[in-house]
Amino acid sequence: MDMFSKVSSGLAKSRDKFKEGMNALLDRGPQLDEGFWEDLEETLILSDIGPEAAFGIVEDLRDQATRKALPDSYAVLDMLGCRIEAEFAPGGEDILNGAAAVVLFVGINGTGKTTTVGKLAKAATDSGRKVILGSGDTFRAAAIEQLQVWAERAGVEMVTRERGSDPASVCFETIERAEDIDADLVLIDTAGRLHTSEDLMRELQKVVNVVRKRSNIAVYTVLVVDATTGQNGLQQAREFDRALDLDALIVTKMDGSAKGGIAISISHDLGLPIIKMGVGEGIDDLRDFDAHEYVAALIGDYNTNEETVEDFIEQDAAAPPKMTWAEFVEMDDAGKIAGKKHFWEKW
Amino acid sequence: MLENLSSRLQGIFSGLRSKGRLTEDDINSAMREIRMALLEADVNFKVVKAFVARTKERCLTSEVLDSLTPAQNVTKIVLDELIELLGRTDSKLVMSGRIPNVIMLVGLQGSGKTTAASKLAYRLKQEGHSPLLVACDVYRPAAADQLQTLGGEIGVRVFREDGQDPVKIAQDSIQDAIDNLRDVVIIDTAGRLHVDEEMMAEAAAIKEATKPDQILMVVDAMTGQDVVSVVEAFSDRIDFDGVIMSKMDGDARGGGALSVREVTGKPIKFISSGEKPDSLEEFHPDRMAKRILGMGDMISLIENAVRVQQEEDEAQAAEELARGNLTLNDFITMNRQIRKMGGVSKLISALPGGDKMLGSGQVDENALDDMEVIINSMTAEERVKPEVLNASRRQRIAKGAGVTVTDVNNLMKRYNETKKMVKKMTAGLSQQPKRNKKGKKGKKTRRRGMGIAGLEGLSMSDLKNISNMMGDK
Repeated sequence: MDMFSKVSSGLAKSRDKFKEGMNALLDRGPQLDEGFWEDLEETLILSDIGPEAAFGIVEDLRDQATRKALPDSYAVLDMLGCRIEAEFAPGGEDILNGAAAVVLFVGINGTGKTTTVGKLAKAATDSGRKVILGSGDTFRAAAIEQLQVWAERAGVEMVTRERGSDPASVCFETIERAEDIDADLVLIDTAGRLHTSEDLMRELQKVVNVVRKRSNIAVYTVLVVDATTGQNGLQQAREFDRALDLDALIVTKMDGSAKGGIAISISHDLGLPIIKMGVGEGIDDLRDFDAHEYVAALIGDYNTNEETVEDFIEQDAAAPPKMTWAEFVEMDDAGKIAGKKHFWEKW
Repeated sequence: MLENLSSRLQGIFSGLRSKGRLTEDDINSAMREIRMALLEADVNFKVVKAFVARTKERCLTSEVLDSLTPAQNVTKIVLDELIELLGRTDSKLVMSGRIPNVIMLVGLQGSGKTTAASKLAYRLKQEGHSPLLVACDVYRPAAADQLQTLGGEIGVRVFREDGQDPVKIAQDSIQDAIDNLRDVVIIDTAGRLHVDEEMMAEAAAIKEATKPDQILMVVDAMTGQDVVSVVEAFSDRIDFDGVIMSKMDGDARGGGALSVREVTGKPIKFISSGEKPDSLEEFHPDRMAKRILGMGDMISLIENAVRVQQEEDEAQAAEELARGNLTLNDFITMNRQIRKMGGVSKLISALPGGDKMLGSGQVDENALDDMEVIINSMTAEERVKPEVLNASRRQRIAKGAGVTVTDVNNLMKRYNETKKMVKKMTAGLSQQPKRNKKGKKGKKTRRRGMGIAGLEGLSMSDLKNISNMMGDK
């Protein structure tokens, strides 16, 4: 079952309302009337993708639809899909599937870091890699026990200390132990923290620095983002990136009705590839990222045209970066937002 | 919280205020800002549309446009509508006469149910109840351990039956509460998706089996547009009574609070902000709305100050302060109290216009710590009688604290300003009635009295002084 049908099947179980919302764009038929553009704008805003995308993209598509004489709404949706696919930063394949590496998982509270580490450990072990876990969350009650259960499920070793001890020293020991047993994938869980907590961010910075200094193999930091997160997600990611210099994203909880639009903004804004997406609770539900499936969950099914995507990627190099609504308003006050005629007419 | 929203709206209305008469265009541009601010705050798109339509209609009536003070009127309308949206009356936790009372917590994974459960237990314990925490999350590894640890930390009994059916655990817990003389049962359930029919059925079964007096849904303040479909689904299946907004200590605007109320009609009962067990606060829609509009949250601030003070039991010191005998020792004590109340930034953000100052980086969190270092370099005599500080003493202190003499002089300047200000502030505070024993009624009346008294003694220029004191170095 591909992800789109997985998400759809999740939705099928729910009330029809969600399904309607999700396929509103496809269900309204082929005609390209004003109602279509309004629905499109609404769909994008409701996906948390942010103002630049919601207005910039829609305005852009209107232009293209006229210039290229797109026949119907399906053609517009195909183009929209390609346009959004072009937003994802490429790369990241080597982090979990390349040479030996240490990967640290960071993020705010409750995004699913521990669960992600557990599932990845199981998947990597099954594919024949030697994995070791480090339980760097020495703060939250029972976080260590939680990861311990996952370590047992995956049959891998886990390094830890008692709750309340210094997470940096846990990481240090994990790497030493990894070298002793010749592990080639070191997965380290860290305590969730709000990006606004300076002290905790400094602590995390120290943890990452210790790991970078001590490790002889590549070190990556991966931000775990909850798909239900709203506009604040961009701010969170920027703070974590500023403090830790992130390498990639993992988007969790794509199995509800949340579309994970904010992750697209983050990926584009900070140039971070999405390496995994969680579409369910099962161990196999943490999948490799697939741009088409991700976007299809957001706007309904469409056809990807590789060339169109490439074109958009080229154009995008000159496009403005992602922004929050507040930044969008400021840019607009400064007269820097072009082509938003239809938007301001209505608003 | 909600800093940007309030600073944007403040921006609009200071613009409007400079004009005598408003045109429809002015209203439109104000509405544009409100729309953007609400979307930035993650208020659901549909809720935003409805809110703006209502507000605009009211703003466009001739009474508003033709009045002498149109900008104030617009502000008032926006405030009114916001309060309306957040729920007009305070909604407290209602306890029934049944013993034990049962409170059930539901929510998505990672929203903070387990943490909220322990905070709620702590709060109830403080109010004189003896709660029982029940671990009904049998799915997430070590979830019961987490609750057990948290319960242990706050001294609350935790009921667990590992490996059992959650419905049975919930049922058994009620007997356990009776056997152990507990009057409130708090059931922590597993996180579940609103689209997961099986898990929703389980939650409904727990509800059926335990007949909770209150079902609270925990909602993450950072949730985006999807919050509407989530709360709708929970409302349909479980029909919860109220909401706890969690993770309010981040800089997410928590616009979900507005959406939840509008879509389900369910009130927000508590806001949870922080890692400590005492960081569960009652939600007050009017204060929140005022805060959104930058009118400050003085009442919360004063209540907070009162609580910290009670804990410390420093009636003596307060009396001294009231007479204007502020010593540098008090300065250190104040510093520590401020830290207890959540630091300078929390204090400032509760003051009118405080959000703006925070946003523009005028407030230095560490300024108070620097002061403490300087004061620590003084002799006991100097601290009590700062008048004795002459040039050579100041030089010695600067050396000891590793700062320049200018820093010491600045501190003394601020100290003198504060002394004046505190005298004014405490003139109102010192008239508080004598402390009552525990009990809701007593608390309520005292707080109200305090709030008004505290506000009276405080003028805008004093607030500016506070900001100067904490800001520029």
